[in-house]
This record gives sequence, structure tokens and C-alpha cells, in this order.
Amino acid sequence: MNFIKKYALFIFIMIIDISIFIMDKKLGTKIFISTKNNFLNMLAVIPPIFLLLGLLDTWVPRETIIKLLGEGSGIKGIMLSIFLGSAAAGPLYGAFPVAEVMMKKGAKFSNILIFLGAWSTLKIPMFLFEMTSLGTKFAVTRWIVDVVGIILIAAFIDRIISDEEKKMIYGKYENNRQV
Amino acid sequence: MFTVVMYILAVIFLIVSFFKDRKKTKMALKKAWKSFENILPAFAGVLALIGLVMTVLTPDIISKIIGANTGFLGMFLTSIIGSITLIPGFVAFPLAATLLQKGAGVMQIAVFISTLMMVGFVTLPLEISYFGKRVAFLRNVLSYIFSFIVALIIGMVVR
Repeated sequence: MNFIKKYALFIFIMIIDISIFIMDKKLGTKIFISTKNNFLNMLAVIPPIFLLLGLLDTWVPRETIIKLLGEGSGIKGIMLSIFLGSAAAGPLYGAFPVAEVMMKKGAKFSNILIFLGAWSTLKIPMFLFEMTSLGTKFAVTRWIVDVVGIILIAAFIDRIISDEEKKMIYGKYENNRQV
Repeated sequence: MFTVVMYILAVIFLIVSFFKDRKKTKMALKKAWKSFENILPAFAGVLALIGLVMTVLTPDIISKIIGANTGFLGMFLTSIIGSITLIPGFVAFPLAATLLQKGAGVMQIAVFISTLMMVGFVTLPLEISYFGKRVAFLRNVLSYIFSFIVALIIGMVVR
């Protein structure tokens, strides 16, 4: 029962896929192939990320992260969050487990949000590619406006989400925390 | 390329960690596995959803919709497509460039690129499982609105 509840979304999509397959074999096959490729891609990209995070989690002391990204890390914390996010590559869902470890280690909530924003739009490898395909003016303008926007969005969400809510989000990761 | 670098880094750090402290290395591996196991159900659902949506909404269909429309309606349509789909950058940028050459508006394309990167409708279940409903919704809604601002500014700068 627990298994069904956990995998509810997956099972639901599979039911849709199978119904499509019954009605339209060609389209259904395409969907299954693309889904299979998504899983293979994920299995290729994800292992080193989780491995590095596991190592980071055991070796980097909480104090270090608090100092760099926690309360009172100020402008430096913001800049480091932007740098960490933009140095990355890969889809946004790769950023979520990283954010989890950052929260576990006591990084400030607004810095987590800035990191997520930077990962989603400021990635340097993507930026270089964007310049060559859409032009320098387009890419540079987007990059600059996005930096401002990401910080504003982070500040705004940080204001709206109450301290209790933040505690609840962080609390999810407290249980398996290393002291 | 990025994946190769990540693998090399992971292996190097793993070896260093192993020689420094075997117990801690074992713990790190356990933690890595546990956090992967925790997120696997949401991950599997989202990957299946992407497989479904991306097969039905091909780049071909997308280019037809964008190419046929201009003005705010075009922007609105591209923003919806950008929010729902998950096209990797190395496909999205050339697609956007082709559409621009075919006469699509800069602002429509800008809003498409911006929502594509910042707003993740199909990954929402995953985001919620990490940060809770409120944060996930707020981040996506604000990013959606912000994408139009970015597009307006890019439209003014790029002619």
C-alpha cells in the first residue's frame, strides 16, 4: 500500500501511457521509448551528483557552510550562491538534492533560493551556447536582468514564508543530520 | 562533457576519502544512497510525465504554434509552452534561433527561453517534495511573471 502511495504519480502516468498505447500503438511506443531514454539519461547523470553530495555531507563541517552561506553571510553569501548555481550544468532537478544538503548544513533560506535561481538560468555553459545561437545582446541582457530578478524573487519569497514554515522545511532534513 | 567531469571528480574524491577514513567513506555512500532512494518515487513520476508530454508536444508542433502567432497572445502561448516543456538548452537555443529567422518576435522567443529555464510545471511534484507547496508555487509563479519582464526588456534592447 505504501508503495502505491509513494509511486502514485508514476503509476498514474503509466496508466495513461498504456491507454494511449492501446488506442494508438505508434504514439504509445514513442512515449515508452522517450520515457525509457529519460530514465537512462537520469541514471547516467545522477550517480556522481549524489556521490559528491554524500561526501560533502560527511566531510564538510556544518560550521563552514554556516559561515559561508548562513545567516550573516551577507553579500558574500549571495555572491557565492550565484557562483555555485551558475557553475553548474544540467536540469534544474539536479539542483534540488544540492539544496537539500545546503539546508542540512545551515545555509540561509534566501541563499538557497538564489542558488536555485542561478542554477535555472545563469549556467555559464548554457550562456556561452546562448550567445552563439541567439546573439551576444540577447544573452547578455537576459543574464543581467536575470541576476537582478533572481535576487528580488528570493528576497520576496524569503519575506512571505514565515519563520515557522522555514523551520518546517529545514526540519525535514534535521533528523538525519550529523552533529 | 559535464557528466564526465562529474564522474572524474566523484571518483577522485571518493578515493581520497577512502584513504583518509574508511568509516566516513562508508557513511558518505550510505547517505548518497539514502537521499537517492528518498527522492526516487517523485523522480520516477516526473521522468514518466516528461516522456509523455515531450512526445505529444514535439518541437515541430511548438514551432508551428509560435510561428503562427504574434503580439501578447503569442507571448502567452510561448510562456505556457516554455513552462510545461523541458527542452534541454542545446535543443532550445537553436530552435529559438531558427524561429527568429522565420519571423517570430524577439519577445515571444525571450519569454519562451525564460519560462523554459525558470518555470518547471512538470517538475513541480519533485520541487514540492523538497521545499513544500508554498515555496514551490511561489517560486514558479514569480518566475513566470518575471519572464515577461525579462522579455519586455530584451525586446527594448535587442532590435
